[in-house]
Amino acid sequence: MRGARVRFGDRLLKAYTWLIILWLVAPIAVMIVFGFNDKQSKSNATWQGFTFKWYGELFAIPDLSGALINSLVIAAASTIITVVIGTMLGLALGRHRFRGQGATNFLVFAAISTPELVMGASLLSLFVSANVPRDRITITIAHVLFSLAFVTVTVRARVVTLDPSLEEAAKDLGAGPWATFRLVTLPSILPGVLAGAMLAFALSIDDYVVTSFVNGSTLTFPLWIIGSVKTGIPPQVNVMGTLIFGVGVLIAIINAVAARRRT
Amino acid sequence: MRRLTPYLLALPSWMWLAIFLVVPLAAMASVSLQTGNVIDGFVMTFSFSNYGDALGTYSTQLVRSLGYGATATAAMLLIGYPVAYWIAFKGGNRKSVYLFLLLLPFFVSFVLRTISWGFLLADDGILLGTLKGWGVLSADFHVLATSFAVIAGLTYNWLPFMILPIYVSLERVDPRLVEAAQDLYASRGTAFRKVVLPLSLPGVFAGVLMTFVPATADPVNAQVLGGTGNTMIGNIIQTEYLVNNDYPTASALSFTLMAVLLVGIFVYARVLGTDNVLEAAAR
Amino acid sequence: MKHLHSPALVRGMTQPRTRRDVFRLAGLSAAGLALSACGVQGQKAEPPKADAVADYWAQQKQNNKVIFANWPEYMPEDHGPLKKFQQETGISYEYKEVINENTEFFGKADPVLRAGQPLGYDIVVMTNGIQLQHMFTLGYAVMLDQSKMPNFQANAGEAYKNRAYDPGNKYTMPFASGITGIAYNTKYVKDKITSIDALFDAKYEGRVGMMADAQEIANFGMIALGVDPETSTEDDWKKAGEKLKAQRDAGIVRKYYNQDYIDAVSRGDVWLTMAWSGDVFQRQLAGEPVAFVVPEEGGTIWTDNMLIPKGAANPVDAMMLMDYLYKPEIAAELDEYIQFVTPVPAVQDLLREKAESASGEDKKALLDMAESPLMFPTEADYAKLRSYTPLTTAKEQVFNPIFQSVTQA
Repeated sequence: MRGARVRFGDRLLKAYTWLIILWLVAPIAVMIVFGFNDKQSKSNATWQGFTFKWYGELFAIPDLSGALINSLVIAAASTIITVVIGTMLGLALGRHRFRGQGATNFLVFAAISTPELVMGASLLSLFVSANVPRDRITITIAHVLFSLAFVTVTVRARVVTLDPSLEEAAKDLGAGPWATFRLVTLPSILPGVLAGAMLAFALSIDDYVVTSFVNGSTLTFPLWIIGSVKTGIPPQVNVMGTLIFGVGVLIAIINAVAARRRT
Repeated sequence: MRRLTPYLLALPSWMWLAIFLVVPLAAMASVSLQTGNVIDGFVMTFSFSNYGDALGTYSTQLVRSLGYGATATAAMLLIGYPVAYWIAFKGGNRKSVYLFLLLLPFFVSFVLRTISWGFLLADDGILLGTLKGWGVLSADFHVLATSFAVIAGLTYNWLPFMILPIYVSLERVDPRLVEAAQDLYASRGTAFRKVVLPLSLPGVFAGVLMTFVPATADPVNAQVLGGTGNTMIGNIIQTEYLVNNDYPTASALSFTLMAVLLVGIFVYARVLGTDNVLEAAAR
Repeated sequence: MKHLHSPALVRGMTQPRTRRDVFRLAGLSAAGLALSACGVQGQKAEPPKADAVADYWAQQKQNNKVIFANWPEYMPEDHGPLKKFQQETGISYEYKEVINENTEFFGKADPVLRAGQPLGYDIVVMTNGIQLQHMFTLGYAVMLDQSKMPNFQANAGEAYKNRAYDPGNKYTMPFASGITGIAYNTKYVKDKITSIDALFDAKYEGRVGMMADAQEIANFGMIALGVDPETSTEDDWKKAGEKLKAQRDAGIVRKYYNQDYIDAVSRGDVWLTMAWSGDVFQRQLAGEPVAFVVPEEGGTIWTDNMLIPKGAANPVDAMMLMDYLYKPEIAAELDEYIQFVTPVPAVQDLLREKAESASGEDKKALLDMAESPLMFPTEADYAKLRSYTPLTTAKEQVFNPIFQSVTQA
């Protein structure tokens, strides 16, 4: 009897989870649909018929294509850097006691609570003062800065739940620090690291405010789109969004299938 | 060597934060005490009254932002916890797939998401228009341009940032432990309260930190989804900085906001039962 | 406060990076906090003397290269006008769609230009308004070489040769214009809107959109009171502020919009709203039920302007390109794509001629454009159009709070 109720509860939770996923994805559906809109003017706000032509003309706007590539490169680079140094910091804060820990926590907190505009504007004055040209590198630096705290906090939330005795045991068995990390620590914190990586990637690829200050003349996907709002976002933007989303879903499916194989 | 480990681990982040955060924040602190204008320039006058003036003028928007941020965070916690729970315990080997799906909408630009929501929630659009056609809603009912829309927008945009950390700490909990507890307490509710919830608190803390703070400072949702009386402090900072070029006021407001958020987190940590806020932040 | 006198200004224009910067830099990297110790230095520039301008231009030469920074969707995708320029002059171009907002663009350009560093662009496009005024006042805009704009002199409409914000075209040449008027959704509003009073009519409670921009909304508040914004006084601003506050508190305004008002009015979320002509024209082409009217009491005209930022590497080539865009056939090609108000009146006849020889859909589209009052306002329309209130920094500090306290409550 209780078993049946538990299974019912699980099913309810499963349905609920899918409902939330649907809610989050709902606007994406609209975006996908309007990528097929056979619009007659620059405005792409009302449905005017079905066409595939925007898929054919996907790269007809050179600046837009370049902007998308920039966004992907910057998101990948900043995610990798952030995950490495953020995980290290998360480990230090979650596992160890050290001088300056309080101050470090405070800094991490400050990084999250700095309004984006202030972060962007003050980074720009820093770069200008130091005569650093603004390009993809400065954008990446800024993205690492605002993602770092998110990765750190997420990894730390994992680290503090772990039992340090496992690592002790590994060391007692003669494993060096690197081997201990690779074989014991990393696997156990991996969910936190992966979650942090996904957050960092999402933060980077979607950022507008900070990027708009430190980009120099480099364009990213969100920057180009915001600009085109004034005159009408071309459907190619929807198509590119659709492709990003499609690739994502494909990765998810491959992952799910691979996971089924493994079991 | 072991004593050095935490310092070595923290070193790269320290350097990053010192150069790219501390130096700019120090500059901002200085600017917040200056007077002048963009044409004649700004000079340091240690004008602490910038803080009082800014707070006096914009206390309404600051309080409103904290209210919106707190409400949205509570909503995210209520909505997100069960999702994190189900993925952590029942997601099987597809856990990362579910998480990825939750985050995927955030890989395409917020501009596109926002425009789509405008389309979906229009007064006579496919959702409300249909309901109005059935007579479920009155003709004047609207969602956009209300405080509800702003809070819902904040909830929508930061929800994954609540779910992921909770998931991360829940995933660590051994399901057998939960089963054992269920046998012991004979009730799912008690088992949850006594075993699962305490173990997930680090994740809840992280989630709240990562959502409450940015949601409170956010300028986008109020601008896009709000109506005439829904301006948030993030919008004011933006206007003061970009439109009025009043850098001291913008800086003073930003510091005030950061300080208030710090106090908010402190109080929250107390409520959670941890005496030392930094200790709590470490968890 | 430091005044840059004309010789220094000319040096600043020709040598963007001086030795002073190098010293400043060394000091900074040694102690990054120096940044915070010295405030932001003032840079108010005296207008350079005429011979200084001549000296500046005498030192410049053609580099066969030009970098043009503009708003997105402001140039045909095939870059036709730019390609023709390249073929005819041998000057190669780089075109960058990097400007999204005047405020944001200025916020980003200010520290760079203040530090005496080049922006990396030879031409930028900004709307007339406070930020453009700052560019002039701070000496961030290069004064144009009046002898090198023959096409402009020959082809620009009179209204575009003497604009209140840049008399005598010292700094700018217009790129395109638009009109701020009233748009309404004909599905919901059955009356023919003619007066600005409609925006204040309790009949439309909760269905009116106003613009969030301080100057735009101030203009409409003042026009509704019968005041010309261009010659308005502080007293007028306060009265306009009161009127707009009353409009808000009566629940008439649904929202203060930035650029998203056009979706709102075409969907019917708001029934009538302050609007820019170009946006409405786009929606009409898409067959949406929106009408545009310049209120009988008056509307406003705004202009996006090309200027050469201080420290530009290729100012001569920039002058040539800016002037080239005033050739009627080039201006026509441009306007056919961007569909705003062109500063070259001859374009209207060129579009009509082109429509003659076209057929079918193209013919209709071209005729729609050529005869649209939104792209080619009539004399009567122009007579009703007002310009923004010119503001000094001191006045701005009074003006902005009055209207921001309405829009940002």
